[in-house]
Amino acid sequence: MAKKQIHLAAHFPGVNNTTVWSDPESGSQTDFASFVAFAQNAERGLFDFLFLAEGLRLREHQGRIHDLDVVGRPDTFTVLNAIAAVTTHLGLGGTINTTFNEPWELAKQFASLDHLSGGRAAWNLVTSSDAFTGENFRRGGFLRPEQRYDRAQQMLDAARELWLSDGAPIDHHSDQFDMVGRFPIPPTPQGHPVLIQSGDSDAGREFGAKTADAIFSRHGSLESGQEFFADLKGRMGKYGRRPEEITILPATTFALGDTEAEAQENGHRIREAQVSPQTAIAFLEQVWGRDLSAHDPDGPLPDVDPDPGAEITRGRVRHEKDPVAVANRWRELAEAKGGLSIRELIIETTARQSFVGTPRQVAQQMDAYVQADASDGFILVPHLTPGGLDEFVEKVVPELQDLGSYRTEYTGPTLRDHLGLQKPS
Amino acid sequence: MRTAHLAVEVSGFGRHPEAWRVAGVPRQALLTPAHHIGTAQLAAQAGADFLALPDSFDPDSLLDAVAIAARVAPVVPGIGLVPMATTTHTEPFHLSKAIATLDLVSSGRAGWEAAVSRTPEEAAQFGRKPAAPAADLWREAAEAIEVVVALWDSWEDDAVIRDVPTGRYVDRDKLHYIDHVGEFFSVKGPSMTPRSPQAHPLVVVREEPESLAVAARWADVVRIAAPDLGAAHAARERIRAAVADAGRDPDDVAVLLDVEVLLDADETAARRAYDDLGEHPAQTLRVVGGPDEFVAVLGERAVDGVTAVPLALPGGLRVLADEVAPRLLAAGLRVPADPTATLRGRFGLSRPANRFSGV
Ligand SMILES: Cc1cc2nc3c(=O)[nH]c(=O)nc-3n(C[C@H](O)[C@H](O)[C@H](O)COP(=O)(O)O)c2cc1C
Repeated sequence: MAKKQIHLAAHFPGVNNTTVWSDPESGSQTDFASFVAFAQNAERGLFDFLFLAEGLRLREHQGRIHDLDVVGRPDTFTVLNAIAAVTTHLGLGGTINTTFNEPWELAKQFASLDHLSGGRAAWNLVTSSDAFTGENFRRGGFLRPEQRYDRAQQMLDAARELWLSDGAPIDHHSDQFDMVGRFPIPPTPQGHPVLIQSGDSDAGREFGAKTADAIFSRHGSLESGQEFFADLKGRMGKYGRRPEEITILPATTFALGDTEAEAQENGHRIREAQVSPQTAIAFLEQVWGRDLSAHDPDGPLPDVDPDPGAEITRGRVRHEKDPVAVANRWRELAEAKGGLSIRELIIETTARQSFVGTPRQVAQQMDAYVQADASDGFILVPHLTPGGLDEFVEKVVPELQDLGSYRTEYTGPTLRDHLGLQKPS
Repeated sequence: MRTAHLAVEVSGFGRHPEAWRVAGVPRQALLTPAHHIGTAQLAAQAGADFLALPDSFDPDSLLDAVAIAARVAPVVPGIGLVPMATTTHTEPFHLSKAIATLDLVSSGRAGWEAAVSRTPEEAAQFGRKPAAPAADLWREAAEAIEVVVALWDSWEDDAVIRDVPTGRYVDRDKLHYIDHVGEFFSVKGPSMTPRSPQAHPLVVVREEPESLAVAARWADVVRIAAPDLGAAHAARERIRAAVADAGRDPDDVAVLLDVEVLLDADETAARRAYDDLGEHPAQTLRVVGGPDEFVAVLGERAVDGVTAVPLALPGGLRVLADEVAPRLLAAGLRVPADPTATLRGRFGLSRPANRFSGV
């Protein structure tokens, strides 16, 4: 039997606490030249798509703009259309919120991107619906959290109707949208853009199982990857879908070296750069929900317990639901490792690379994950802009090809071709 | 003597409703990047200061104009790119970052033609509010432009500091909430997108009775329609007076007359082509004929320049590039474009100071 093939996508390293801006090789995350260099390299590496995250309000920490990570990003549609001009096959995936947009306009923007890129567009539908973000929009934070996937579904149904309408009259009514008219843009080269989903709640997983062509997951380890893979693909049957219709791609980081020891050393260096002393305290404050600026990042964890109700950071997806439990776990971990400092602990818990080794070793690890159904591939999150993928493409991609689990050429021009997906009807 | 400005507007196969018949390619071609790159290249060869890309939510519109501009920007150097984007149904926050990003990907060649969506059909597509009278739409547009421009200033130029000793990527004192609360919406800010190369991409507004105050307050370029040069000159005077009343220097605002063109090196061929297209009422001064007739319009200097609006593509554009452009240079009406200039630079406008700096 032919080996399961690995899919790769590339996350443009911008606003992200993994992006190392202090490295002398770190360039601008907003200059178009950075996008050109990054995208062209991903295309050389025969990646399925380039991926852009989205934020619609600058993040705040303790009531002020968070200033320790990379801040600022270009508009998704505009930069993806420009990248389409300097690439020929690379898919162009944009994260666009379903809460702060209207279907008619979004459908037009995505149809335009898909036409102008010759069928390479993908939409990562996210649902972040908080009032904090809503303060930048005329509709405000009008959506209750439990409604966000309803709106996402209605948004997608509406957009899909427009994309596939081919000039037929539209008369669409749901609780969120009323649209009457005729959508002027003919169906796009892909029928409509590829759909990506990345929420992780139960509602998010159902939405993904029902609608998505690809899932951006954060389950990067072997066990949690396998669990997520089985769970998500297990949900598809009730929607009449087959497991192959969704490509699951966890976010993955990596560190390379000519020898294993060198890779470990590089990995350690990257982790230290990702967690500056100030970042270590900020991370701690996120869990503790208190001002901990008086604590020495090179000293021990605070004695006080977290304030479980406090939301100290706004505009960031919060993964930790139970801060007291996290604090207790961290204290045990710090002790077990011989008394880790705050910064050492944060480095230990937040910034571990998924794959570390020589290019051959990393390729073998990735292949093993995919063959073991921990995923169908990966969204690589490099730590440097724009050169963070260069070494991977140059050295790991040929190893993956050598293992027989990665394409040696694009077999078609559209992103659906890369993902092995049918045109929707 | 100031040189005359030249812009080119392209939409579809041209402004004449029958233009598709003479295009020689199917309407489907308008969906391809090749078509838009081709027309932008011709406009750039004509030495145009900018390419205007109309857009709307009308059923006869096609691709998003900002998307087209962004797709063209990396492959067609030199020329400014001015997509139209309406303010009636869109979020100013999204608009602001889209145009700022167009400025980034074009290295300072972006503009924005601010317009309104006035029809009940467009309102019905969004289903959120009924169509409103033009005066209300333009009041809303004024507020939207105010927000967009404030967001363009919400990052100071030197906000990114990358200060390793203190661990700070940005100096947050150089990022500003705009805290806009108005009649139509409230927007907190700052923008997601840093201040762009031109700081304020060129703002273009078309004159109509209800938009005059908006143009006077916000426009760098005002597009007008007029049946003849006398009426155009009167419109220019009217706009300059309104600009002065709004407390701005009229010399900072260029008034460009729309001129519908169907040009051919051979004048009679142009007229024959027009006859083939069939009668269609002119929306503004129209020149059907040879290159000299078009050059004469600029030579009159009734306005600060013209926007050539081809009735049918691509023929008219090719004549602009091959025949008109050299004549304009020879007549001293235009000077060769500086390929490194920003779009504001082409209009003699400096990069605006940031309203927040030093505050
Ligand atoms: C790997 C991953 C990446 C995400 N990226 C973004 C993003 O760039 N922008 C955003 O607004 N939300 C992002 N999200 C948030 C989700 O898509 C989702 O809207 C949010 O988590 C709330 O849904 P949930 O409760 O189902 O997780 C991301 C989530 C995951 C798991």
